[in-house]
Amino acid sequence: MSDRPVLLKGGRIIDPSQNLDAVGDVLVQDGKIVKAGGKISGPDGALVIDCKGKVVSPGFIDVHCHLREPGREDVETIDSGAKAAVAGGFTAVCAMPNTNPVTDNQAAVGFIIRQAQRANAARVYPIGAISVGQRGESMAEMGEMIGAGAVAVSDDGKPVVSAQLMRTTLEYARSFGIPVADHCEEPTLAHGGAMNEGVVSARLGLKGIPDEAEEIMVIRDILLARRTGGHVHLCHMSTKGSVELIRWGKDRGINVTAEVCPHHLHLTEDAVEGYNTHAKMNPPLRTWADVEALRSAVKDGTIDCVATDHAPHHYDEKEREFPDAPNGIVGLETALAVVNTALVVSGVMSINDLVNRMSVMPAKVFHLQGGTLRAGSVGDVTVFDPTESWTVDATRFRSKGRNSPWTGHQLSGRVHATLVGGNVAWQLAP
Amino acid sequence: MTSALGKDLVGLEGLTRAQIQLVLDTAEPFKEVSERAIKKVPTLRGQTIVNLFFEASTRTRISFEFAEKRLSADTVNVATSLSSVSKGETLVDTARNLEAMRIDMVVIRHPSSGAARFLAERIKSKVINAGDGTHEHPTQGLLDLLTLRDRFGKLDGLKVCLCGDVLHSRVARSNIFGLRTMGAEVAICGPRSLLPNDVSQLGVTVFDRIEQAIEWADALNVLRLQLERMSAGYIPSLREYNRVFGVTIERLERSPKDLIILHPGPMNRGVEIDSNVADGPHSVILDQVTNGVAVRMAVLYLLAGERPELAEVAKGGGEGR
Repeated sequence: MSDRPVLLKGGRIIDPSQNLDAVGDVLVQDGKIVKAGGKISGPDGALVIDCKGKVVSPGFIDVHCHLREPGREDVETIDSGAKAAVAGGFTAVCAMPNTNPVTDNQAAVGFIIRQAQRANAARVYPIGAISVGQRGESMAEMGEMIGAGAVAVSDDGKPVVSAQLMRTTLEYARSFGIPVADHCEEPTLAHGGAMNEGVVSARLGLKGIPDEAEEIMVIRDILLARRTGGHVHLCHMSTKGSVELIRWGKDRGINVTAEVCPHHLHLTEDAVEGYNTHAKMNPPLRTWADVEALRSAVKDGTIDCVATDHAPHHYDEKEREFPDAPNGIVGLETALAVVNTALVVSGVMSINDLVNRMSVMPAKVFHLQGGTLRAGSVGDVTVFDPTESWTVDATRFRSKGRNSPWTGHQLSGRVHATLVGGNVAWQLAP
Repeated sequence: MTSALGKDLVGLEGLTRAQIQLVLDTAEPFKEVSERAIKKVPTLRGQTIVNLFFEASTRTRISFEFAEKRLSADTVNVATSLSSVSKGETLVDTARNLEAMRIDMVVIRHPSSGAARFLAERIKSKVINAGDGTHEHPTQGLLDLLTLRDRFGKLDGLKVCLCGDVLHSRVARSNIFGLRTMGAEVAICGPRSLLPNDVSQLGVTVFDRIEQAIEWADALNVLRLQLERMSAGYIPSLREYNRVFGVTIERLERSPKDLIILHPGPMNRGVEIDSNVADGPHSVILDQVTNGVAVRMAVLYLLAGERPELAEVAKGGGEGR
């Protein structure tokens, strides 16, 4: 793969997969990690990157993003999304199947893999649909999609309304050892909702989405995982109640994993004030009590990993009346800074914990390569400065999406270089 | 020029006590204009106003139009039945087109909460919210306040209960914000399925039974029950609603106080309010309608940047003298 070895000099190497936290060098050659730690003198012709004062970690992995191709190439493509990913320190991302047409067959999965190879940036792993056309009726051809490269199944964007379909999917997926990722939303409770149900929605006159819309499906999925032994992965958890339910499930040894998005760790429903459509997402931003519960759940492992739910939308679509604007924000290029600001700078957890939740655990939960700097493993590495402050300017994103609630915010933590398969896929201009 | 109310009137939330007081005081001299044979003053001559109605409305639109015409403004009515999500021009584009025609003010009624503010933030013209979704209807709130003040001589310490579908009512929100700012005590009463779940920070008391509300209040503001609430399953039937939550003469007669009844209209007689209440001595419903024109004249006048202390003089300049 790589022609030229890369030597990352003098960084603080943090690799929770092997309890490594020491200043040293990392050598990557022929697409693989040769050695991490100690003083390494580079082979001839090696590209040397000075990492002094920075953290060198296994590459971040995002198990939940929307790259919009095929269907909405005007708002994102696999190419622009994969490039946005490496700019945000992600060496691999999992693309949700709610494309148009839906990624519900092996040919569609193959298309994504081909487009990702052309993009030659972050690795892109397709997630196949649970049901044909994401219609929630019959199961899509999971085995064939996995054969073509899918790493999980999900009907994300929509809940799996039928408990029977969820049950069968968990059972069937067990045969292949893949997670079933569910968007937990009880549709009749959430119907027409535009934000969190609470005092802010009461004041703004917006229809609210209660916590229970999420929690009812969370406990349903946990109980079905208990029944089937299948692996359920709960997407974008947003409430304190969900955290308690997941803890209940994990305490009983049920095969449940969960993710949380950076925005749910950093913002509350107050961000909606003024009908700010960049604060409109599903699940909605909740309250401070929820944020605090989610933060401690990330720290203690009740929530396994951070995932962006990167959801690019066109400028025009967000520039409209709040109830009519689509849900979602872009997140790939701000994830590190938001999580670092919300959890590390604020003292909730260490940088080691952050690397664990953004790299080691996503790899483990979705059975992906990477998430480690062990010798011989894939040469996916992120170099970042956890102390560097910067002001978010959405117009400078590699993503086509500009829909970020952090525009103008000062955040701490910046990606300096991203290596994918031993190649420098991205480097911050000095 | 920024007026005493700011550039726009999108809601009563955030207005100060002094600002609300100013509107009510400014409305007083304008009441008299509507009593003249020739109901017109030249105050807003040369000002162009667009009444932009994305939702059906009879009385609010007519009330605004009278207010504008009695102030001699040039007005254009744009009524569009287009729902906000349907195809067609976006609100931003509509706004920009209006702006390009160099208009002075827009009065907007829209089915989406936040639409008035959305427009106000994007155009230089002044924007008056004539009702946005389930958010606010500030001129209705102000006319309710004026009607209450007319009756009781003050708002401070007054006990007002909003009855019915508070959850979906923009009138309720404007009343809650306006009344609380003016020092009144506010309660809400209705079936719990039609009250906001979380009212902790709205500063209101909740009554489950209409009888309790009647016993407590100096005035009831009876909200219109949208008939579609029944088909949406919020209440079992209109019949039951009337029997349990309706404001009836029998219930009022049991009250120790001589309380007054407001209703923003249009009424569903026999549902939220009985005819003998609506037409009876407790009702100030038609006073509200009369006050609506005066309050809207005051808002238009103040937003146009006219000096409040000259309102009395302004009305004197009319052709009616």
